[in-house]
Amino acid sequence: MLDPTAVGHLLGFSAYEGLVYGFLALGVYLTFRVLAFPDLTVDGSFVLGAAVVAVLIINGVSPFLATLAALGAGLCAGLATSLLNTKLRIPALLASILVMVGLYSINLRIMGRPNLPLLREVTIFSLASRLPGLETRLVYQLVVAAVLAVLVLFILNWFLRTEIGLALRATGDNEQMVRGAGVDTDKTTILGVSIANGLVALSGGVVAQAQGFVDVNMGIGMIVMGLAAVIIGEALFRPKGVARLLLAVLGGTFVYRLVISIALRLGMAPGDLKLVTAALVIIALAVPYLQKKIRREWLPPASRW
Amino acid sequence: MSENKSLLKLRRISKVFSKGTVDQVRALDGIDLDINGGDYIAVIGSNGAGKTTLLNVIAGVFPPENGGKISVNDRDVTGLSEYRRAHYVGRVYQDPHVGTAAKMTIAENMAMALLRGQPRGLRAASNKQRRELFHGALVPLGLGLENRLAALVGTLSGGQRQALALVMATLSKPAILLLDEHIATLDPRTAQIVLDLTDMVVTREKMATLMVTHNMELALRHGNRLIMMHKGRIVVDIKQAQKADLTISDLVVAFERASGEEFVDDSVLLRPGNVVGTSDL
Repeated sequence: MLDPTAVGHLLGFSAYEGLVYGFLALGVYLTFRVLAFPDLTVDGSFVLGAAVVAVLIINGVSPFLATLAALGAGLCAGLATSLLNTKLRIPALLASILVMVGLYSINLRIMGRPNLPLLREVTIFSLASRLPGLETRLVYQLVVAAVLAVLVLFILNWFLRTEIGLALRATGDNEQMVRGAGVDTDKTTILGVSIANGLVALSGGVVAQAQGFVDVNMGIGMIVMGLAAVIIGEALFRPKGVARLLLAVLGGTFVYRLVISIALRLGMAPGDLKLVTAALVIIALAVPYLQKKIRREWLPPASRW
Repeated sequence: MSENKSLLKLRRISKVFSKGTVDQVRALDGIDLDINGGDYIAVIGSNGAGKTTLLNVIAGVFPPENGGKISVNDRDVTGLSEYRRAHYVGRVYQDPHVGTAAKMTIAENMAMALLRGQPRGLRAASNKQRRELFHGALVPLGLGLENRLAALVGTLSGGQRQALALVMATLSKPAILLLDEHIATLDPRTAQIVLDLTDMVVTREKMATLMVTHNMELALRHGNRLIMMHKGRIVVDIKQAQKADLTISDLVVAFERASGEEFVDDSVLLRPGNVVGTSDL
């Protein structure tokens, strides 16, 4: 009943998806977990990265430069959100929703229309497919994603251990202490939220090249997917230390995409995907609370950010 | 008065909260204070006297009202925000959770503290040399924390966290140390450890120290200068020479004279019969 080739293909495809959507999940991890900054910019900055890549590639720019530009555009989106929060004191959740909504119009402007095909354009994937041994779609997708992931993980793992990276991590843990140690926590917040959205836009740019099109609505629910991936990664791998945490986030994304792929094969309607993901996050957030409630532990009132 | 040699100078420092409303409070009322390098000052006063507000103004949490001036080593720092003033100021709060970061390791917390007020770059935050420094700084506590550098601070007890917070506040040897009832929530044994360490570090590094406390006995036994605050003013300022012979009763009398009121702070737990007057104050 189980065809080994089909299983291998399913695992390989989920691994590829786990890596490319993993960049997005790493961004979500940076804001929600490291900085304790609930950032919903993600739904907009994911499409922003995809739109920038598409328009640049269609206009003949090298796909590598276009991918870097996507990252840069995402940095700017994160910059906007974090400036609204730190300099104008708009609550993080609201600031990020404002930027996300604004980005919808900006993305449409960049693209010129709601949908852009990239099928016959030169992408980082089509370039990789020309290399010997990488002719198969799944193989070159996996290799490109893996090379990018190694780069991103290496840089993040290094950066989060530097003096600046440490200050950034501490900002989400105890902002008062960090200011007392002489760090401008506005700056660390701006830096962190910008990097996070750069990663999200990178994810969008890579996904657009792999799937061969950009749709202005492709970002809907991406933040929930990222959260689900982070929660799954933390629950399954219970990581300690920076490097393992980063790997766990990618692992969580892989498991999430695998579960979704299996559910789709078993006949789940693609349109139900968002509801299932939302339900997954609700369950993941509710279970620890209900467990404590059953054990009659004291619990603080719900936070409203 | 050594007017120009003082390390920390406060001039006409006032602070009004909820200005222009019915809740308006004058937390600090025209404070003038000179603090020298070796000054280890116990700060006492009833609730609402302005002790913590004074520390907050010195640390730069909020600026004083217009006209007030704060200088450190003759450099005007009045307009500098908290993080820009951190180079001069180490601080330990009453709540151990405020001074340490729970989800980071002891070594990571100390690495944050080591670079207090210094530019941070893209070097590794922790290396062998720094870990040896952290190890050495934790040994005097006698709590065994030096062997747990990789432990998350959230796994420490409140007393251990407060001891760590004190080490962190003094690690970069800031010129000024602010202690805001830093042993008030600790058990007696840990409180003694933290207090002994405070005495040791302050004496060794000659940091200008302000230690807020509600405990009069502690204020008398520790430090070489004593300040009593009342309603935003400094009502008593006793230097080392006089401080040695002081008793709690002397403090109460001094307080009553300075404030012109009956002393009614039950946190001191004094019965009226204990009050004995002395004339040398």
